[in-house]
Amino acid sequence: MKLVDRSAFDVARDVNARRLSAREVTDAALAQADAVDGQVGAYLRVEYDLARAAAARVDARIASGERLALAGVPLAVKDNMCVIGTRTTCASRILEHWTAPYTATAVQRMLDAGCIPIGKANLDEFAMGSSCENSALGVTRNPYDLSRVPGGSSGGSAAAVAAREAAIGMGSDTGGSIREPGAFCNLVGFKPTYGRVSRYGLIAFASSLDQIGPLTRTVRDAAMAYDVMSGHDPMDSTSLPRAVEPASRALPTDLRGLRVGIVREFDLQALAPAMRTIYERAYAELESLGAALVDVSLPTVDYGVATYYLIAPAECSANLARFDGVRYGLRVDAADVGTMYEQTRAQGFGPEVKRRVLIGTYALSSGYYDAYYVRAQKARTLAAKDFAVAFGACDIIASPATSCPPFTLGAKSDPYSMYLMDYYTIPMSLAGVPALSVPCGWVREAQADLPLGLQLAAPHFAEPLLLGAAHAYEQATGYSARVSPAAAGSATGIEEPA
Amino acid sequence: MKATYEAVVGIECHVELKTRTKMFCGCANAFGSEPNTNVCPVCLALPGALPVPNGVAIEQTVRAGLAFGARIPAYSKFDRKNYFYPDMPKNYQISQYDMPLVQGGEVRYWLEDGTMKRCPLVRIHLEEDTGKSTHAGSGDGRIAGSLYSLVDFNRAGVPLMECVSEPALHSAADAVAYLASLRRTLMELGVSDVKMEEGSLRCDANVSVRLAGEAALGTKTEIKNMNSFRSVQRAIESEVDRQISLLERGERVVQETRGWDEANGVTHPMRSKEQAHDYRYFPDPDLVPLEIAGDDVERLRVGLPELPWERFERYTRAFGLGSKQATQLIDTPSLARYFDRVVNASSNPQQSANFVLGELSRLANDSGVAVADSKAEPEGVAELIVLVEARTVNSKIAKELLERMWRNGGSPKAIVEDEGLAQTNDADEIENLVEGVIAAHASVVADYRAGKSNVIGFLIGQAMKASRSKADPQLVSELMKKRLR
Ligand SMILES: [Zn+2]
Repeated sequence: MKLVDRSAFDVARDVNARRLSAREVTDAALAQADAVDGQVGAYLRVEYDLARAAAARVDARIASGERLALAGVPLAVKDNMCVIGTRTTCASRILEHWTAPYTATAVQRMLDAGCIPIGKANLDEFAMGSSCENSALGVTRNPYDLSRVPGGSSGGSAAAVAAREAAIGMGSDTGGSIREPGAFCNLVGFKPTYGRVSRYGLIAFASSLDQIGPLTRTVRDAAMAYDVMSGHDPMDSTSLPRAVEPASRALPTDLRGLRVGIVREFDLQALAPAMRTIYERAYAELESLGAALVDVSLPTVDYGVATYYLIAPAECSANLARFDGVRYGLRVDAADVGTMYEQTRAQGFGPEVKRRVLIGTYALSSGYYDAYYVRAQKARTLAAKDFAVAFGACDIIASPATSCPPFTLGAKSDPYSMYLMDYYTIPMSLAGVPALSVPCGWVREAQADLPLGLQLAAPHFAEPLLLGAAHAYEQATGYSARVSPAAAGSATGIEEPA
Repeated sequence: MKATYEAVVGIECHVELKTRTKMFCGCANAFGSEPNTNVCPVCLALPGALPVPNGVAIEQTVRAGLAFGARIPAYSKFDRKNYFYPDMPKNYQISQYDMPLVQGGEVRYWLEDGTMKRCPLVRIHLEEDTGKSTHAGSGDGRIAGSLYSLVDFNRAGVPLMECVSEPALHSAADAVAYLASLRRTLMELGVSDVKMEEGSLRCDANVSVRLAGEAALGTKTEIKNMNSFRSVQRAIESEVDRQISLLERGERVVQETRGWDEANGVTHPMRSKEQAHDYRYFPDPDLVPLEIAGDDVERLRVGLPELPWERFERYTRAFGLGSKQATQLIDTPSLARYFDRVVNASSNPQQSANFVLGELSRLANDSGVAVADSKAEPEGVAELIVLVEARTVNSKIAKELLERMWRNGGSPKAIVEDEGLAQTNDADEIENLVEGVIAAHASVVADYRAGKSNVIGFLIGQAMKASRSKADPQLVSELMKKRLR
């Protein structure tokens, strides 16, 4: 096993035991990025100096006798999270040259726990998209098939982990932006309960939905990352002042006694036959691990996409108003301030961002507010109620993570079909419940094996239960073990020390 | 005939709260710092920064509401008010739309003659202030024609309380009296400096007129740019006159925002940026809804100080002070509290008011030290009042004593005893003094007897001097006249 193939758990264990130095792990990750990122395009920028300095600090701390939960673990940070002294661009022209003067709380917690920031990862501009193709600053490809998208919006973080350029990717999920790229890149993509992880320093898309979470190659790594990054932050009023129950301590290997809800409205008949087979098998695998499958209903689930595409744009229309050319970021000079605003935003924002700002502005306008925004909020309340009722009959919910496997770059040109990509993930975002995708098999398409993800969701704060179930499933099935061709084909070949 | 019209005025006040830190971040809330020194990622709206509400500002707003007898709803929330302006870094203002912290209530105010009135409030809500723009190169400081603009964000995010009255004021004098009472109340509560000149109190007036006796409101205009109580008074008077003239000529009032032109004493239409703003208010998803616990409200209600109108009634009714003196005292809360202590110890409200507003206020003006901050203890002043009333010291000695107490504190009674300053009322002693003066000033006495009666003042003065001012001046005068007859 190469050094870059190792899980965060293994790296941290060995660095803490001084069998391995953070410096060695960092050099391997940087070398891997040098070798494969030209093809994959996971990173907008590899932060060599930052990474090496962090490695030196971690090694010094270990030498002084400290033990760090994530000692020496290479980290990919989605480029909508502030890291002091690094450019933080949201993959947008409007922030292309902006350097963050402070570090996001969640990132800081990861760095304090010993993570090494390898680079800032690509995303759909301002996290708006499901394929990473809306980035204004770079193209990211799926390490399992370079002709295909890695998913989005946390596509860069997912690709970096799948291509072994990092062990943990930090993503943000608004309607599926961690879970979908997780599924597309054969990773665990985990969105905690809304409010579990501080949003301070995460450049907002839709504040009431945005949630930071990890993308990892194993469930245990996701649990370790969650244990570190979660918890109350006085800088974020929406972060919950409730103690976090560690999720990585006791991970079960079976599902005995667990009631798994299968959502009636998520009809597998709607999927392509090859995919349907995979999910039918996944449900059977859950059952064979001791879970009891129960039929549950989420009656308003079909309104999810429409609800989401009112609330998220409404919030983003205000959140993105600060990008005006006055204080930072792109400024296109003009004769008067109004024209400067218009030119700056016209040239700084890409088409999808403009579309959502316009939709949101419209939905909040006088005369339309009640018809759109208020009704969407009511629908959101109903969505949350659906989950509350369903969780009366089951402990977790299982469903497909996506309605299709990774598609080829440029294949989805109309925005609406792209919006439908989040059909399975949006309801959990609206309800604020924790959810993840875990690898569940492969479909063969155009001579390529394409990964699929099983989505599991749990009640608010039930992260340990959720991660435990995913761990049992992962350990029993082993789909996550397959290394991506892009990573395997790398020539760096730094082998694990004997 | 102007007499047939009635003015209808509503006042909207913006009050900067005097908190240690800003509304949604930890930056200092301070006036007059170097530009852009009290700033951070939050109040500069840097990408990724989030607001955290200031509990003290919320508490102060609730206290203001309680002082005005308003309702404090159990739930409240913050909303975003969206519009682009360079001094507003997020391009939305965090404000409150349909669930303000404070609903209803009334401001009790009194006119110069002491008549007590009430003006109901619509609401009080909490929001954040904007930064301040300076436009250079346009000559008049306006953005139009300027070469460049500078923005100072020190004020951005300072907690701002907006207090909206019903249109229930019917004259400029009422509007000013209302404002004065509002200002005194907020000062008494200690929630704001309420200084119009520093912008910690800013107000706009909605003005309309209608025929007396009519129920329907006329078309209103909104008057801005009023920088003192006096300009509020003049602006409303001028606007009411303008509207009446329009109606008299058969013309109509146009609903618009008008600016007060202090120099020319008129209002004129302001260049409107856009027509009818759509602010697209919606609940701020960065802030959780506010729950105001009933227990907290009760605690704040119990902790309210005596309010200005309560104090006014006490001073005028129980103490029998005139409206003017009562108002003067109440206008400075620390002075009123000082006065109360003097009264408490002297049991003589009228003399206490005379001392506090007279000699003590003069000393305060001369020294630049507030009465309450001087060395003169209220209990000492009360002692002095008792000494004067008992004619133990005369007014001249009293004045000297007060000056000494102002500088060094101490008990006037003790000083009088130690230094033998008590007034001399002994007729024999004073007669001796008078004899001495007459003997020493024979020519003046001759003048007096020759009919120059005004020289008696000189002779009395000499006798007082000889007594080191301790003699009872009245007795000296009596005896002098008697002796010269
Ligand atoms: Zn600040």
